[in-house]
Amino acid sequence: MASVASKLYSDDVSLLVLLLDTNPLFWDTTSTTFSQFLSHVLAFLNAVLGLNQLNQVVVIATGYSSCDYVYDSSLTSNVSSESRGARMPALFGSLLEKLEDFIGRDAELAEGDEHVDRIASSLLSGSLSMALCYIQRVFRSGHLHPQPRILCLQGSPDGPEQYVAVMNSIFSAQRLMVPIDSCYIGTQNSAFLQQASYITGGVHHAPKQLDGLFQFLTTIFATDLHTRGFVQLPKPVGVDFRASCFCHKKTIDMGYVCSVCLSIFCEHHKKCSTCGSVFGQSKLDAANASSSVNDRKRRAPDS
Amino acid sequence: MSNQRKRPNGEREEDDEEDDAEGIGQWERAYVDDRSWEALQEDESGLLRPIDTSAIYHAQYRRRLRMLSAAAAGTRIQKGLIRYLYIVIDFSRAAAETDFRPSRMAIMAKHVEAFIREFFDQNPLSQIGLVSIKNGIAHTLTDLGGSPESHIQALMGKLEAAGDSSLQNALELVHEHLNQIPSYGHREVLILYSALSTSDPGDIMETIQKCKKSRLRCSVIGLSAEMFICKHLCQETGGLYSVAVDEVHLKDLLLEHAPPPPAIAEFAISNLIKMGFPQRAAEGSMAICSCHKEVKIGAGYTCPRCKARVCELPTECTICGLTLVSSPHLARSYHHLFPIAPFDEVPTLSSSNDPRRKLGKSCFGCQQSLLGAGNKPGPCVTCRKCKHYFCLDCDIYIHESLHNCPGCESTHRPKSVSLLEE
Repeated sequence: MASVASKLYSDDVSLLVLLLDTNPLFWDTTSTTFSQFLSHVLAFLNAVLGLNQLNQVVVIATGYSSCDYVYDSSLTSNVSSESRGARMPALFGSLLEKLEDFIGRDAELAEGDEHVDRIASSLLSGSLSMALCYIQRVFRSGHLHPQPRILCLQGSPDGPEQYVAVMNSIFSAQRLMVPIDSCYIGTQNSAFLQQASYITGGVHHAPKQLDGLFQFLTTIFATDLHTRGFVQLPKPVGVDFRASCFCHKKTIDMGYVCSVCLSIFCEHHKKCSTCGSVFGQSKLDAANASSSVNDRKRRAPDS
Repeated sequence: MSNQRKRPNGEREEDDEEDDAEGIGQWERAYVDDRSWEALQEDESGLLRPIDTSAIYHAQYRRRLRMLSAAAAGTRIQKGLIRYLYIVIDFSRAAAETDFRPSRMAIMAKHVEAFIREFFDQNPLSQIGLVSIKNGIAHTLTDLGGSPESHIQALMGKLEAAGDSSLQNALELVHEHLNQIPSYGHREVLILYSALSTSDPGDIMETIQKCKKSRLRCSVIGLSAEMFICKHLCQETGGLYSVAVDEVHLKDLLLEHAPPPPAIAEFAISNLIKMGFPQRAAEGSMAICSCHKEVKIGAGYTCPRCKARVCELPTECTICGLTLVSSPHLARSYHHLFPIAPFDEVPTLSSSNDPRRKLGKSCFGCQQSLLGAGNKPGPCVTCRKCKHYFCLDCDIYIHESLHNCPGCESTHRPKSVSLLEE
């Protein structure tokens, strides 16, 4: 039994974790509706599951105020009672149900916020972290496991408050050797996704026409990791690794970095705004200077 | 007990009988205390699997975490992120001992290689130098540099042990080198000491005081036994002294030095360092690269100040001396500045009004069932901020590698909370 299993787990079995962007603030602004988009995605998932009998697909929905698992092809409860024997899940009924529940809950959670002045970013860092925890669980399950990869279908712009969390996830994925592919369907460029795909060795593509999405997905993102060596995929061109300064948020070529907290500034300052260290002075001198001032202040009311 | 034990395979060990008066062959010594065959179990289909040590591992991990958070609680301890570390390896005749198989020297080299890679992974802006002690003299194997390959090549090239060891010579040499680095860098020395003595030309206590005055943080990992002079050195300079009992322990002790140590506030002067963030050169562009002095086509980076081409980052531009980094290198260190709080253990109650029943029976991160044997609630942990439940393995993964709590990241916060206040 064990030898048969190892023959089946050949090098082209893949586990695809799909991070689906359901941010209503983004989908309100596009010409393609969410349900049309979903039909492309479901056909793509069917294609991936059809490529190999042992392929697995997990879908995590990235919402505006929460993230959750909506589909896992390895759970037996998915298989509808009509399709006996076949592992093909019939029409993804459970996925659509759970997705609808998720969107409803997400909208409820978002009701409390003000509608004015919202940057319409979704919680990419949350769903990336959950995907990596799931992949770590797959690695723990032993030697025989499919090769995991992550595909981000994102349309919302990057939220700068998630920068540190997204970078942490990217570095963790790089250590686990899990490529993060990204398909960006929004209007502006997403620097986070470009960096993620470049650092982890995944593929990044931003298709211009959403009505041909299924073709882009199947030709670029459906290949498993072993086969990618034989296929010509879009190469990373012009990934911008320049940093942006903490004071004005503009990208800079040369800047100053605080040696204590590594915050980036575009011009010379006397004091670091993040960690409060005074430059050119060791902390001991700064502490001595401030304590002598306090002593003077304390003595004044007594006298 | 071991002396009287009969050897099961009497025929094979005839050659070793003369070497060993106790009657145990060289190969058997490894198994006198370590009976690894007793740790195996069979599962339902007869396949072997090791004993489930996850609970023990998790308890060990939590103890370590509690120690770290207790140390950091209260004061906001800064970490030294820009480190200049010298690794001093003792290649005296004691390094040729074979109590670590195949020899102490080979094991030290192997683990130092792994340490160097891990170090540059966690501290991309730091630099390492290598020093060896042989025949009582300290030699510089490599100068301070930021590329792991050159250090590893230099280390693997010369693996021979001879002569005495001299702690004072090594400290003097390292002190001389580290005096030349900029004032914002943290100066550290890691000594891998296998000898039990040191033959010094002068007063080592003076050297130790000199190092202490120059704010050099010396740590020692001993491979044979605890020595007073090493302990004194580490206590005076604020470093860590530990002695490895076996190979696995040595690896753990070495890797403990990879994350940045808590910076002692007086040690480093904070400064604004001018750095460049080069752009990737266009595909197909030809230039002579300044590191190899050859014509290269395509991939490479252009220094923003002097427009010279460099091959990889992080590096210092050879022409104008500007430190060149890319933003992911800085981002690798941000998790030290914004650490996540440890999760709390959830007491395993078996009562029916267990609040966990309401929140679901699976780990939030990996969807693994949190129920143990017989549908009773198994061990799990919870995050203080987002109140989600996680399994033990996700807890370890989140705190050691990911540094993000999936629950906190999946909860939307109002815009007023900025990135830096997290």
